Amino acid sequence: MTNSNAVVMPSQDVAAARRQDKLSALDLAVGDLVAGLQGWRLWGLMGWNDIRERYRRSMLGPFWLTLSMGILVGTLGLLYGVLFGIPIDDYLPFLALGFLAWALISGVITDGCTVFIDSEHFIKQIKLPLSTFVYRILWRNYIIFAHNFVIYLVVAVVFGIWPGMAALLLLPGLGLLAINAVWIGLLFGMVCTRFRDVPQIVTSLLQVAFFLTPVIWMPELLGNRIALVHANPFFHFVELVRAPLLGHIPGALTWTVTVTVTVGGWLLTLEFFRRFRNRVPYWL
Amino acid sequence: MVSVTLENVSVEFPVYGGSSRSFKKTLISMGSGGRICRDAGDRICVQALRNISFHIDHGDRVGLVGPNGAGKTTLLRVLAGVYEPTDGIVRRVGHVSSLFDATLGMHTEATGYENIILRGLLLGYSPQEIRLRTDEIAEFTELGDYLAMPVRTYSSGMMLRLAFAVSTCIDPEILVMDEWMAVGDAQFARKAEQRMENLLGSVGILVLASHSPELIKRVCNKAILLTHGQLCTAGEVDEVLQRYEALN
Repeated sequence: MTNSNAVVMPSQDVAAARRQDKLSALDLAVGDLVAGLQGWRLWGLMGWNDIRERYRRSMLGPFWLTLSMGILVGTLGLLYGVLFGIPIDDYLPFLALGFLAWALISGVITDGCTVFIDSEHFIKQIKLPLSTFVYRILWRNYIIFAHNFVIYLVVAVVFGIWPGMAALLLLPGLGLLAINAVWIGLLFGMVCTRFRDVPQIVTSLLQVAFFLTPVIWMPELLGNRIALVHANPFFHFVELVRAPLLGHIPGALTWTVTVTVTVGGWLLTLEFFRRFRNRVPYWL
Repeated sequence: MVSVTLENVSVEFPVYGGSSRSFKKTLISMGSGGRICRDAGDRICVQALRNISFHIDHGDRVGLVGPNGAGKTTLLRVLAGVYEPTDGIVRRVGHVSSLFDATLGMHTEATGYENIILRGLLLGYSPQEIRLRTDEIAEFTELGDYLAMPVRTYSSGMMLRLAFAVSTCIDPEILVMDEWMAVGDAQFARKAEQRMENLLGSVGILVLASHSPELIKRVCNKAILLTHGQLCTAGEVDEVLQRYEALN
């Protein structure tokens, strides 16, 4: 290797460089998450723009989502209420809230799978915390949720639901969901960037999970096999949103399962993120 | 005082989905590009950079030359912090800004002003700092009332003006650029040139990759020649460019 005197390698700086490099990978991973949060203005704006882009120049804009989900809930509610033989007053609010929660959960998971793939352009051009893109999809999905929330308001008025103080529990529920959404986005984002078949697998598994989770059917229908529902983490995350808005307090089991998933998911994700964070640009 | 130090930096890209059969063929027909090799797990990988070491001091304007596939862009991305090298150490003192794609993150549905804010945030500015710069940017682009219109109504030239104005409103300590930015009609190009000169005057370190020897001669005081991912020569611009021309 030729090194002229103009561009030289000073030995005294190398020791310092090594020290700086010793910042542990975990520090860097956590630093990424924190720096990403601090850049909330950026992902906030990007999230909004995503919504605007999708519904540009349409009159209803994002409320098209609301409208289509409203129509789905209305028709399915009438049909399945009859099929299952459940009074519409009970069934339709249950169904509407189930859909609301499921749209949020599945939206976060499917978007999480492609979070880094879709951001390739940014990741390869400019040094930004990787978590920025995860926060962006989180924010985008919560904006959609807020639009869909109108459905609940309509249903609540029509069927005279007043959830009372229990509704306040929606906030910790949504918070817990958001905390989970971040690890899901990071973990699924990393795995799907490396293994491009995984998004397809996740999409089809999500479809199965939708039918296995009490969204269109009520858990009581299982009778003495209710354990199948209780063992399903998706059920508990749906309950975080659905129960408070129906005026119930989510059960102890729901809190136990969701908090356990949160802690377990984050431990797993931190380990992955620590090891593979700097590999993501290479995989793109 | 800003500086950049690289010590034995190597970058290896894993190639997924590349079959071992085509691997042989590629080896035979390899005329340019980085070395193709196998990593510890016997996967095919491309060694885009191999054992690069150099030091750049405050005030240096470094031109990066080399044939296609020599690793110029990869090296720029390493300098910008996009790729953390698979081996070796990169040490930067000072904040690095990269100027690769001027239109990065521009939203065609958003107005010119909204794009200024978005790009400003991407560059790491606070809303106050962006507001301080908005008037200057608006004036420079000469787009007037168009700035309140969605960018999709712009001609490509107008869009480039805006992108150029926003991405050059930076005040970086270390600037990394892939090719020179030139925009617009003759009159605007002069203004743009002036703005680039001002920008370069204020940066501590510039690293500019280019295929144009004239540009490197005009802008840089040092140069680095890369071939096949390795540092071939580094030093005074004239010497390095001579070596580069001898390659062809």
